[in-house]
Amino acid sequence: MNATRPCLDIQSLSAVLPNGARVLRSVSLSVQPGEVRALVGESGAGKTMIGKAVLGVLPPSVRVVEGDMLLEGEDLGRLQPKARRTLIGARTALIPQDPLTALNPSRRIGPQMTDRLVRILGWSGPRADARIRQLLDAVQIRDPDRVLKCYSHELSGGMRQRVLIAAAFAAEPRLIVADEPTTALDVTVQKQILRLIAQLQREHGTAILFVTHDLGVVAKISQKVSVLYAGKVVEETETAALFAAPQHPYTRALMAATPRYTDPFASLKPVDEAVLAGLASEIAAADQAWRRPHG
Amino acid sequence: MADPLFSVRELKVALPDMTRKPLIGRAPMAEILKGLDFELPRGSVTGIVGESGSGKSTLGRALVRLLEPSAGSIIFDGRDITHLPEAELRPLRRNLQMIFQDPMSSLNPRRTIFSIIAAPLRQNGFGDNLKDRVAEALQRVGLPLSFASRYRHQLSGGQRQRVGIARALALSPKFVLADEIVSGLDVSTQAQILTLLERLAAEMGLTVAFISHDLSVIRRLCRQVIVMREGVIVEASATDALFANPRQAYTRDLLAAIPLPEIDDGWLLPGAKAPA
Amino acid sequence: MDEGRISRHGSGARLWLAGGWLLLASLAAIFAPLIAPQNPLAQDLMFERLPPFWMSGAEPGFWLGTDSLGRDLLSRLIFGARIALIVAFAAALAACLIGSTLGLIAGYFGGWADRIISRIVDVWMAFPPVLFAILLVAVLGTGLSSVIIAIAVIDWTRFCRVIRAETMGQARMDYVENARIAGYGRIGIMLREVLPNVVPSIVALLSLEMGIAVIVEAILSFVNLSISTDDPTWGGIIAEGRLSIHQAWWVLVFPLVTLILTVLSFSQFGEGLKARFDPVLR
Repeated sequence: MNATRPCLDIQSLSAVLPNGARVLRSVSLSVQPGEVRALVGESGAGKTMIGKAVLGVLPPSVRVVEGDMLLEGEDLGRLQPKARRTLIGARTALIPQDPLTALNPSRRIGPQMTDRLVRILGWSGPRADARIRQLLDAVQIRDPDRVLKCYSHELSGGMRQRVLIAAAFAAEPRLIVADEPTTALDVTVQKQILRLIAQLQREHGTAILFVTHDLGVVAKISQKVSVLYAGKVVEETETAALFAAPQHPYTRALMAATPRYTDPFASLKPVDEAVLAGLASEIAAADQAWRRPHG
Repeated sequence: MADPLFSVRELKVALPDMTRKPLIGRAPMAEILKGLDFELPRGSVTGIVGESGSGKSTLGRALVRLLEPSAGSIIFDGRDITHLPEAELRPLRRNLQMIFQDPMSSLNPRRTIFSIIAAPLRQNGFGDNLKDRVAEALQRVGLPLSFASRYRHQLSGGQRQRVGIARALALSPKFVLADEIVSGLDVSTQAQILTLLERLAAEMGLTVAFISHDLSVIRRLCRQVIVMREGVIVEASATDALFANPRQAYTRDLLAAIPLPEIDDGWLLPGAKAPA
Repeated sequence: MDEGRISRHGSGARLWLAGGWLLLASLAAIFAPLIAPQNPLAQDLMFERLPPFWMSGAEPGFWLGTDSLGRDLLSRLIFGARIALIVAFAAALAACLIGSTLGLIAGYFGGWADRIISRIVDVWMAFPPVLFAILLVAVLGTGLSSVIIAIAVIDWTRFCRVIRAETMGQARMDYVENARIAGYGRIGIMLREVLPNVVPSIVALLSLEMGIAVIVEAILSFVNLSISTDDPTWGGIIAEGRLSIHQAWWVLVFPLVTLILTVLSFSQFGEGLKARFDPVLR
């Protein structure tokens, strides 16, 4: 085993829409084992798209035209579709944004959680059941018997997200993609959920690709961060370094726009037009350089 | 300033609880607001903050009388509007305006922006010079005149919310309810919309009830804050005082739960300041 | 917006082809006496079962051949378009007016209005439609107006159900509350805010219903319950053609093709109109 081999390594990944517009612009990033890497950006930044690309669930209209994705050293692009699905299924998991739509409303929670373990990973029923109970306990669900028999609409938003977190960690994935997992939640519940994710992540040594729009969440949960704009990584660094001294003008603008009750009049600053103009020309230049060899 | 624009006493609102509706017959009523007392001083922005289920949106809808209270009283500008029927409310509507959370849903998809902004003007006796009035409303929120002929799906999220503001302010109302107006927007757009509302409220001397789940935004925009939880007011005070010295444990929990964009290794550790 | 663009690209050809056929059929119906090469009722046993023009044995002037009584098929189809289109427009419009109005009221006002209207629709839909039509025509007596009334009376429920559901969806939107804030009353909101948003569905249903009306009229003619047997109708021609299918296939095939093209054109025309003129899809 190579200790320095990244858990996930994405190299200059580009994806286009049918009309030729690039939605991912030569994205490179890596996630070390046991590390939380935040992907932060506004809508249209492509952060969710990267998560989907890793999990192999890009919408049919989006086509990857360039780049490699290595999951624990295995090049996903070189694998046959079936082998790729098996590998992704065994080593990764998703914590989705909307826990309500992620759960099937007409099935009880219990079978939904054990299904994946039994059908995809070939566990025995009792083993899967024991594992799920163990994890429900870890996410502080005190009455697993009741919850396992519930339908999703009978649980609160926070409870649903706990269930999905337990399900994500159940099969000991090496990498979890967390796609805005707390955006739909109230702040006090968000804090509990973030705390649970951080705790389980530490205990299991799982790497997490944490997609969020909230710089506050980035500061609390991640060790590394990639700031995205229009499908391009504009800044990538250690989280502590980003908040100590943001380098890119867009990162600085984003920080100044984020409201802070501790400093109300220095925050909530609208993004300067000059910053946006700078970004536009940066992206145009990158596209031009990219088009040349690609025709 | 002694004479408040809104004066609310013992306000209760009950709504049918559809989750407990029997197969046949009516849904039982659930009390959403359980007796609220407060005043909204003229010409200032008041924040109403709470988590889901706190009743903050229900309170907003009762203030602009989209809902009828089940008990208590709402005095608006010296007049009791608690149980006014729709027909008698209509002349008051020009002073009871609202900006909605989701501009996608609050703007009619099959009407042009012109028609959307002109609607309240036309309906309240300002049908003359509509073009000039709509142009002024658009200009006020920083949108080009050419947007008048567009439809909502041809606008970005921030532009749609500007249209929502333009429509609400077209009549120069005394009161505007802003219900989570930035919760669906990106931070950079959010900052633009909030500074716009802040400037317009000051320029036009508006009384605003600003409903939000985000205390950071409230801190910046509001002169006083009402903290709600499960249909009751937990704490209400001047913003500076509330943030300097929150009296209630729930308010402190809310503040502690906000992830500020700064490194704080202890924030995720269990123990100190754990929410109930 | 992407979906809109795709459907709009498809809409051009669809709209023109369907519209073209309907225009042709309408012109034929209006100017039937001027266009028809023969008298559609003139029988001539010398010319019975003449084949269409490209087959051997065809006679000039009888382009699509003749039926077993020697009547010119093309002329009969042209005159048949009159009945078909009058029924299509009149019956579909009447059904649309009744159904959409009741659907809008039920969906927007809810409560008792909704309960009463919905129960009536449920009872109505429990009747087998063709039997219902035959029964109605039997009671009202045959004739053009009875056919129109029968179709409208049966098919308004189609509009009512769909428009009610659409209206309920629209009435939940924030712009309905926004209109109250602007000072509009209930009727004003229904007409100004809700109606424009259900119009695309009404148009699509209306065009579909016109096609259905053409079929129902043909069915009634087929069972000889439409209008007097003297006037040529597509359904009547099909009924006659069925009897001589082995000797003269064209008497059955040409009216069937005309019927299918017309019904298809109505539905495609409606979809095309929606794709072209709905601002949300533009």
